This record gives sequence, structure tokens and C-alpha cells, in this order.
Amino acid sequence: MKKLLNDPADLVAESLRGVERAHPELRIDHENRILYRADAPVSGKVGLLSGGGSGHEPAHAGFIGPGMLDAVCAGEVFTSPVPDQMAEATKNIDGGAGVLHLVWNYTGDVMNFDMAAELAAAETDTEVQAVVMNDDVAVEDSLFTAGRRGTGAAIAVEKIVGAAADQGRSLSELADLARRVNDSSRSMGMALTSCTVPAKGTPTFDLPEDEIEIGIGIHGEPGRRRVPLTSAHEIAQMLVDPILADRDFTGGEGVFVFVNGMGATPQLELYLMYNEVAALLDKAGIVPVRSLVGPYVTSLDMAGCLVSITRLDDDMLRLWDAPVATAGLRWGM
Amino acid sequence: MAGVDTDALQRWLRAFAASVAAEKDALTGLDAAIGDADHGANMDRGMAAVVAFLDATPPADPAALFKQTGMTLVKSVGGASGPLYGTLFLRMAPATGGAAALEPDVFAKALRAGLDGVVARGKAEPGDKTMVDALAPALDALDAALAAGESLAAALRAAADAAERGRDETTPMLARKGRASYLGERSIGHQDPGATSAALLVAAAASAVADQEAA
Repeated sequence: MKKLLNDPADLVAESLRGVERAHPELRIDHENRILYRADAPVSGKVGLLSGGGSGHEPAHAGFIGPGMLDAVCAGEVFTSPVPDQMAEATKNIDGGAGVLHLVWNYTGDVMNFDMAAELAAAETDTEVQAVVMNDDVAVEDSLFTAGRRGTGAAIAVEKIVGAAADQGRSLSELADLARRVNDSSRSMGMALTSCTVPAKGTPTFDLPEDEIEIGIGIHGEPGRRRVPLTSAHEIAQMLVDPILADRDFTGGEGVFVFVNGMGATPQLELYLMYNEVAALLDKAGIVPVRSLVGPYVTSLDMAGCLVSITRLDDDMLRLWDAPVATAGLRWGM
Repeated sequence: MAGVDTDALQRWLRAFAASVAAEKDALTGLDAAIGDADHGANMDRGMAAVVAFLDATPPADPAALFKQTGMTLVKSVGGASGPLYGTLFLRMAPATGGAAALEPDVFAKALRAGLDGVVARGKAEPGDKTMVDALAPALDALDAALAAGESLAAALRAAADAAERGRDETTPMLARKGRASYLGERSIGHQDPGATSAALLVAAAASAVADQEAA
């Protein structure tokens, strides 16, 4: 393992110190590992809370700020944060209009956010609603498993709902909107290499030079199947076909196309993939109207990509275009 | 014997912490195969925190011990194991009825309340390849042995054996819950890490109570 580290046990804590120095617009509670926008709580606005394990940067803390999230709880690498953190963050971002938990669908995250909502209900009068994001089509048989994973859709959900929260919409309106954006999104990812969790020091799975994993998650867990390495043209098809087979993306205002890098894949390759994906969408009569290309939801140093597509209605499109000022996404202000 | 007192319960938790520490790398190895390679490290961090509070502020009665253990695990473990093991102990607390020492049937009922909490929190059924596959047969064996008039020590020994059988039986199962479920068919052939740590928990209870009866 070759990484920029002091002691693997201090990785998350020391990285948060760096975030604090680099981003004075954030306020960080180091003891509880909560990151807030510095002016939280924003009076009269619904507070938006997300979070999860570390190792997905810029998710989750890169999306805190005006037009997006109010706070994020950071866990250990690939480990969900705990209910006490979430309950504390919930209390501190309640501007009087309630708090919406945006939860990535992983067993640990869902259970910890459930317990946090119970704690918040027992200890405060903050109204809390939760929406679980689950867009990953690689998980089949979702009725009999932990369900589809939350992956790329979170960017669309958090951006669009963040803009709507800034407009002063109510907690239940925002929860409905979050569910609609999630329902309108599907994703599929692939890995060229495994990632190495620093505390473990060796790759999570062995992937030979000439093989790739299709249908991966964002924690270095292996995918659904392993296939021989092939051209980007064919890989794009393996990702886009199951997405289009799962939902109708025609109509509306068109789609938001997100080609996400898993952490160790150059932008040059990601734009090549965007070209392949866009060509497949053209052929299917689907119209990309907004795009995002780059590493936004990563899996440490994994190489590979995730394709995420969201069908936009006019409300969602306007909210996507609304101003945002975060470390990860910034436009219009 | 006069029931399971706070000292015996402390011995149970310390014995569990010691076996988790000893098996830490093995638990993480099992998790690397079908999950995300952190079960051993997370449980070890949580049980070390439990031992630390037992040393610092010994609880007054079994209910306080269970509640504090559950809260500590929820706070320090994270992932899915934190809420699941935390809920197990949090649900045991009210089932003690505030007794200073738990009669065998009360201890069994408390464990059953804990298991019900785990099932409610994790929504897992027997056969889903989870910790329930070790705990459910263990508590069935415990109830059956107590009903047959066995001592608590003998009943817990039977429970520990059943937990280990249940743990072994997870190997051919297809995972339907947790991160292993994403692997589908590829989860078959691997022993479940949660069932493995749960079997350690039951074995630790058997050894703690055997020590009390021998004392």
C-alpha cells in the first residue's frame, strides 16, 4: 500500500482538519465528526442532513452549502456514522421548519438514521422525515435483499432538493420531491481495479489485469459478475442497457447524465465514456440536457466509473440550474 | 444458584470482548469475502468501549448494565453491527424487570426480547445468512433445555452449541440481507461474519455462567 498517510487510524480525523482549514465557509464539530455550513441553522428553511462512511469524497461533505446540504455526518472509512452524531446534527440544523434526512440505501446507514430519528423524536420537538435513495440497477431481486444501493442519484437528489429548500418549500414537499428525483434516477457502475482500505492495507478484492467487475457498489464490495476486459464502447453498453431496461427515460425535459469517476480514473477516460453513453442515449431517443463528468462519489482509489441517469421534469430542471455554492458543485453565485 | 447477577453479566461481556479481540482479524477476513472488511475492527472497537465503561463506572444492576452496553455499542461500532448489537442489549434492559439477579427464565426472556429487537431492526428472517441464524437456534435450544429442567449452565452450553451449528449452516446460504446480499449467488460458500460474532457472544455467556456456578 502506497498512500499519503500518517497513521491509518487518524486518516478521517486529520482529513477533517484539512477540510476545516481549506473551507472556512464550513463549521466542523471534530468530536462528533459533523460538518455544518457555517450559518446553520438557517431560520425558516428545512434543514437537509446526509452522511455516510468516509472514502467517497467529495461526497458527502463536498455538497454542504447554500443550495445543497446543511450538514453531513462522517463515519469511519466505509462505515456508517452513528445515531448520536445524526441526532446532534439534526438538532443543530433545525431552523424551525423541520429536518430531512437524505439516506443512502445501505443496511448500516438506514438503521443508524432510523435510530437517530427515534432519538431526535425522544429528545427534541424537531420534525424529521427521511428519504432513502436507492438507484443502483445492479442489485436484482431487490425485494429479497437489502435493496438497491444508493449511488449516483444522490447528487441529483441533494442538488435539486437543496435548491427547493432554499425556496422555502415545506418538509413534506421536499420529501416528496426527493422521492420523485430518486424514482426518476437509475445507475450502474463498474470497476477496473479494487480499492485499498487504508486500515486493511491490501486490495479488498483481487481483480486480474484482464478482468473487470460489472455492477459494483461504492465500498469496494465486488460486483454481480466478472467479465473479460473489453472496449469502452462495450463497457458503456453493459452499463447503459440495464439502466434503460429498468425505466422509461423519454419525455419530460430530457435527462441529466452523470458519468462518475470511482476515484482513480482520469477525466480524459471519463469524457470518452460520456461520449459512448451519449451516443447510446441518442440511439434510444433520449435527450441529455444536463451533464456532470468527474469524480463526485468515489470509492477511495478504485478505478472505474458509474453511469447515472435522471429523467427531469421542468421543476427538477429549474432546481438543478438554481445557484449552488459548495466545495463539490458551484454555479450561479 | 441465585440467578445471573451483575458480576456474572460483566464476566460475560468481558469474555465476549476478549474473544472478539482474539478473532478480530478472522471476523474481518470473513467480512472481506462477502462484505466490506470491517466487522472485526468495528466489533473490537465497540467491545473495548464496553470494557472501558465497565472499568470506569460498574453498573448497579443488570438493567443498567444492558442499557449502558447497548448505548455504548450504538455509539461506537457504526455500520450495521452497531444498531443490531446495540438494539439487542437495549431491549434486554426492560425485560429484566429491575431484578438484581436474573432467574434462568428471566435471563432467557431478556435474550429473547433482544433477539426480537434485532429482527425488528434488521428485518432479517432465519435463513437470510445473518446473526439471526446463530441467535435464533441458540435461544430455541436455551428455552428447550430450561423447560426440560436443565441448569442454566447446561442450557447455555446447549445454546452455544446450537449457535455454532447455526453459524456453520450459514456457509451454504444465499445472503438476503446486508451488503453480502448484493453478491447474490456469489455469497454462497462463505460463513457469515455476523453469525460468527453472535456465536462468540453465546459461547461467552455459557462460559461466564459456568464460572459462576463453579464458584
